[in-house]
Amino acid sequence: MFEVIGERINTSRKLVQAAVADRDAAYIIEDVKKQQTAGANYIDINAGARIGHEEEDMKWLIDTIQPIATVPLTLDSPDPAILEMAFLRVKKTPMINSISLEKDRFDTMMPFLQGKECKIIALCMDDSGMPAASENIVNRAITLVEELKKIGIPTASIYIDPLVQPISTDVNKGMMVLDAVRAIKTHFPEVHITGGLSNISYGLPQRKIINRTFVSLMMTAGMDSAIIDPLDSKIMATIRTADMLLGKDNFCMEYLKGVRAGMIES
Amino acid sequence: MTDFNEIKETLVNLDVQGLIRLVNEALEKSTPAADILNNGLIAGMDIVGEKMENEDMFIPEVLMAAQAMSQCVEILKPLMTDGESVTSGTAIIGTVKGDLHDIGKNLVSMMMESAGMEVHNLGVDIAPEDFVAQIKEKNAKIVCLSALLTTTMPMMKQTIDAIVEAGLRDQVKIMVGGAPVTQAFADEIGADGFAPDAGSASKLAKNLAA
Repeated sequence: MFEVIGERINTSRKLVQAAVADRDAAYIIEDVKKQQTAGANYIDINAGARIGHEEEDMKWLIDTIQPIATVPLTLDSPDPAILEMAFLRVKKTPMINSISLEKDRFDTMMPFLQGKECKIIALCMDDSGMPAASENIVNRAITLVEELKKIGIPTASIYIDPLVQPISTDVNKGMMVLDAVRAIKTHFPEVHITGGLSNISYGLPQRKIINRTFVSLMMTAGMDSAIIDPLDSKIMATIRTADMLLGKDNFCMEYLKGVRAGMIES
Repeated sequence: MTDFNEIKETLVNLDVQGLIRLVNEALEKSTPAADILNNGLIAGMDIVGEKMENEDMFIPEVLMAAQAMSQCVEILKPLMTDGESVTSGTAIIGTVKGDLHDIGKNLVSMMMESAGMEVHNLGVDIAPEDFVAQIKEKNAKIVCLSALLTTTMPMMKQTIDAIVEAGLRDQVKIMVGGAPVTQAFADEIGADGFAPDAGSASKLAKNLAA
């Protein structure tokens, strides 16, 4: 089944930042509970926005969220020292967000990941920037999977983010990433494909219809996870329905459950 | 007399063939190339920028307008005398060190060019010392810093600090932008301006250059 990584606990969001600054635990707990009820499979925690406070904020967020978390956490930071601290604090096997082929990021993340049991999001980014063609995405994904395998991370624990780019500046960007995802899944059937989706609609009006349509196309290509706002009930309904249509929902049970819970409407 | 309003409207309506025809007709009527550029095309792109700011026009339309404009500029360029500079100010623009995002920055660069400025797009991952060197080399009056990541925002401040240290702060206006950047952050790090989108960025750049 599709895995939703709930993106809401991010201090670059105004209300979250205020709650973190005020140490307003009730607000954070309420938000996480809502994400879990809506179907989040992971809760992403990013404490990077209050510059100079990341360590204490991350610590506080984990300690606040963990007692009520029914799903694992996604530890979201570019700083291995922060991740190391966070990793030691969490009880369920976490997901790490993220490694990439950018040299600084790669060289510091590899020693951190070595010997750890975790899921890892791997971005198809390198020092030359965003991928310009389908083959760039595929080649970067192959390098990432092979390097991570070398340090003992199973393919099934790797979540490749092919980096969705805006369709508004280049109408080929949709096909570019769809083709790449199909090719990556052919190379590594066990690898997961995740990522943010909203970049696709940057610069266009009525963005959510674009995001929803795109996620179902991406799911056909092999995407089986996304970093999204689980409280967007329409995209969640689209994802559940698409999972069923792709044969991943035995006897349509999850779909029917969703309808009965009022979470899926036509 | 050339009807500059018609040129402006035709550009805003994205009628590329119509625009090329109007530019050629204006030239046949001996309208100076510089007038066609300034009063027609650049004035038209100003409207496009405003419409973008107000979300009446969207990025694909803005790109199409800019492409139509640059086709016309190719027609006009050979007819302009050296004194009639095509530009109204020199700017350098780049994404700060550690950040590889370029879509927003490239849109701003394109809109500023369309507004008649000479823009040197330095690319991504530009170190503070490279911004300093380019200010000197290009004799830039406007410096635009872009960052998309909260983790690279501090590099904007470091870049401004480097410009101050190099003794160049008084000769340039510094603009900052990118998804996580706010007016408050711009004020905090001592920038001269902030713009939330490419349309307002080019307007701001023109005002700062004036």
